Amino acid sequence: MKLHARGIASSISSLIVGEIAHTLTVANGKERILSVNDGYNSAAIGPAAIISSLPFEGLPQEFKLLPSVHSAGALDHLAEGDIVLIKPDGELHTLYRRQSDHNALFVTDRCNSNCLMCSQPPKDRDDIGFFLEINMRLLELIPKDIHILGITGGEPTLLGPRLYFMLRKIKDRLPDTEIHMLTNGRAFAWMNYAELVASVDNPRMVYAIPLYSDYYALHDYIVQAKDAFSQTTLGIHNLARLNQRIEIRIVLHKQVIPRLKQLANFIYRNMPFVDHVALMGLEYTGYTPHNDPLLWIDPYDYVEQLNDAVEFLALNGVNVSIYNLQLCLLPKHLWKYCRKSISDWKQIYIDECMQCDWREECGGLFMSSTRKHSSHIAPMKKQ
Amino acid sequence: MAPLASRKFKPLEFYSSPSIAYYLLPFRFHRLNDSREILVNEVGDYIVAPIDTARRIAAHDISPSESIYADLVANFFISEKPIPDLIDILATRYRTKKSFLDDFTSLHIFVITLRCDHTCHYCQVSRQSEDKHQYDMSRTDIDGFIDLMFKSPSRDVTVEFQGGEPLLVFDNIVYAVKRIEELNRADKRRVRFVVCTNLSNINLDILTFLKEHGILISTSYDGPEFIHNSNRTFSRGNSHATVLEKIGLCREILGNDMVSALMTASSLTLNYPVEIVDDYVAQGLPSIFLRQINPYGFAKKNRMKNAYTAEQFLEFYKTALQHIINLNLRGLFFLEEFATIILSKILTPFPIGFTDLQSPNGMINGAIVYNYDGFVYASDESRMLAEERDFTFQLGHVKSDSYQKIFYGAKAQHIAKYWANESLAGCSECGFQSYCGADPVRHYATQGDLAGYRPTSSFCITNMEIIRFLIELLTENRSIERVFRSWVNKTPL
Repeated sequence: MKLHARGIASSISSLIVGEIAHTLTVANGKERILSVNDGYNSAAIGPAAIISSLPFEGLPQEFKLLPSVHSAGALDHLAEGDIVLIKPDGELHTLYRRQSDHNALFVTDRCNSNCLMCSQPPKDRDDIGFFLEINMRLLELIPKDIHILGITGGEPTLLGPRLYFMLRKIKDRLPDTEIHMLTNGRAFAWMNYAELVASVDNPRMVYAIPLYSDYYALHDYIVQAKDAFSQTTLGIHNLARLNQRIEIRIVLHKQVIPRLKQLANFIYRNMPFVDHVALMGLEYTGYTPHNDPLLWIDPYDYVEQLNDAVEFLALNGVNVSIYNLQLCLLPKHLWKYCRKSISDWKQIYIDECMQCDWREECGGLFMSSTRKHSSHIAPMKKQ
Repeated sequence: MAPLASRKFKPLEFYSSPSIAYYLLPFRFHRLNDSREILVNEVGDYIVAPIDTARRIAAHDISPSESIYADLVANFFISEKPIPDLIDILATRYRTKKSFLDDFTSLHIFVITLRCDHTCHYCQVSRQSEDKHQYDMSRTDIDGFIDLMFKSPSRDVTVEFQGGEPLLVFDNIVYAVKRIEELNRADKRRVRFVVCTNLSNINLDILTFLKEHGILISTSYDGPEFIHNSNRTFSRGNSHATVLEKIGLCREILGNDMVSALMTASSLTLNYPVEIVDDYVAQGLPSIFLRQINPYGFAKKNRMKNAYTAEQFLEFYKTALQHIINLNLRGLFFLEEFATIILSKILTPFPIGFTDLQSPNGMINGAIVYNYDGFVYASDESRMLAEERDFTFQLGHVKSDSYQKIFYGAKAQHIAKYWANESLAGCSECGFQSYCGADPVRHYATQGDLAGYRPTSSFCITNMEIIRFLIELLTENRSIERVFRSWVNKTPL
């Protein structure tokens, strides 16, 4: 899935965030970016910018003084209603895709943890103002009927009090949208911060918080941050006290598996109030290949531990799901917990899947799994 | 919390500071059998470990390299700091376990008459014959008790009509229900009504009223005919046939889940554990409460028929429970209520709502009894004692005493010294303390002393062994653990 393009900028002095239009006859009050290719509507009025595969000379005369990115290669990944960011250097980033259920606000590259298996390793640069500005503008444009919207990074709580303002804007603009914020939850150990964020009072918001062990040292090691376990656990309790909805996320790898059952027990005993627990297959990207010896275990080899944890939680009335694992690796009685969780833009099937009768029901693999995946993936027949 | 971004990862040792100089958090322990002991912390989390583990923990002999070290830290048995970072979590857990205290008295039992049309030999309440109307609660007293009830802070209120046989004074029940509903229009509490009845007098008119007001039925059913009729003597006919017919009628009109049945084990019962369970299953009942007889009322007088030892009851209980477990393993969802209550204490972080397995005991805190004669008692058993002219647990009278005096007076304060097992000799250091309760009334009735003496207490002997037995089953057999969890969560496997 293509989410970036690059061309040559003309007359662009600052960031432009706008909605893609292929024809433009009505000014609807939104910033619109006209994608000009084979043909264009000469009745078009008032686009904020032009993007085009054509060279500058090929642009219609009346568009030549507008901000534009030309010579941008194929742009057919951009559909009507998608929202893109145009940077003065000619880069085009897709921020929102109309046809997808996997849209998210990216809020920072920074993180206060540094997980061994991070799929999107943090970068230590001050980008918070930059992304906040983009996201606030993006929020003006996202249609109100969007079903679900993620918030991701990096670590969103590094926005500090500014996170509150972004969340308030989300609630005002998208009151009917499920909001899923990925956060390590550590900052919520400070009750005043938890209170500030919770005061947004958005009943559709879920905090998706990872917890990797019931033993502090192991969790802290996995996230490479001292005191993270205590902070996250206290944070979860503070959020619960403020009636916030919480999902626990557990990435399954070699460090986590030996105490997985104990972790499930810890969650049920100490945080039975959580909305959902997601047990997630490892994504082979980011730091993971680098830390392969510490992390890799074939999912086939942890099915027993996974089964114990899932059944324990389900039996105790905890809502539990399995993410990112292929049906062929799991006993059938666990299939009902499997979700098609891999975002469409990075989800694939491999050769073995092509003969499988269950492909439609299966969530497939990460694109990065081409580098490494379970050696037990095999096609299955339906009776 | 400085931002991080580096591929220079630090090893596990950097993040752990395990030390043999750990600190002990409050926990207790108990030997389960010759090879294993159980460690239980202040909030009921447990670890089953080899014999000698508790001693080794206390002697700081557990090495951080042992896998149990992480278990002990993670489950609040030991801490590497004098005050663990997660002490607030432990506090929340403790508050949750004790949250049955939050709302104070929620169960209000109205002994609306002491008259009864049955003459059960194990009757614990010393019923009176059908024609003695001086044993009915007067309307004035009903009004007075309802006023008392509305002084209770609890937003959830259960009104239970007991007897005697409450349906002998059905018009008074109608009166009370209507008055409560009327007063509650302003008060807006969640009110549930229960009638504890032998069903002999139930008819369509009564059922129509019960249905209109969403009233639950709790009845007595002792299993196979020869046992039930031997226990429950009914002058006007066959109690077994009557109750079964009427249960059917109630289910038809009110719905299955509005009718529950309770058994009481007489000496005869103890010989038929399997038969009783099978009979309950055959009648389509969803569960059974294998209930030991209470040593009050006629139950105490008719010793031949009702006097059995704790050991005899335990043998019966275990056989019946094993049978029930086997039925569940074969796919039936049918639970034993007493085990389910104890298992909820062991397996869940939540509180339970059963007076005698709570600490503090649920008397006054959770339940109160309004007797037919206007007196208020601390519990159902307390009024049973009163029928034997022992008024130790009489808290006051509806006409002459205030809510304050009844619920917080000198009597209540005296009883309160004995209702928490945390502060009772023999319980305070018991490994099963978190899973058990305290029963000052029973200890007073059987041992003449509210505190009681544990080594000869039938309450202690019975509960200790049932708890031990459940833990043994639960920790030695994964399939049984699954069955138990399905009971606790009221979800079929």
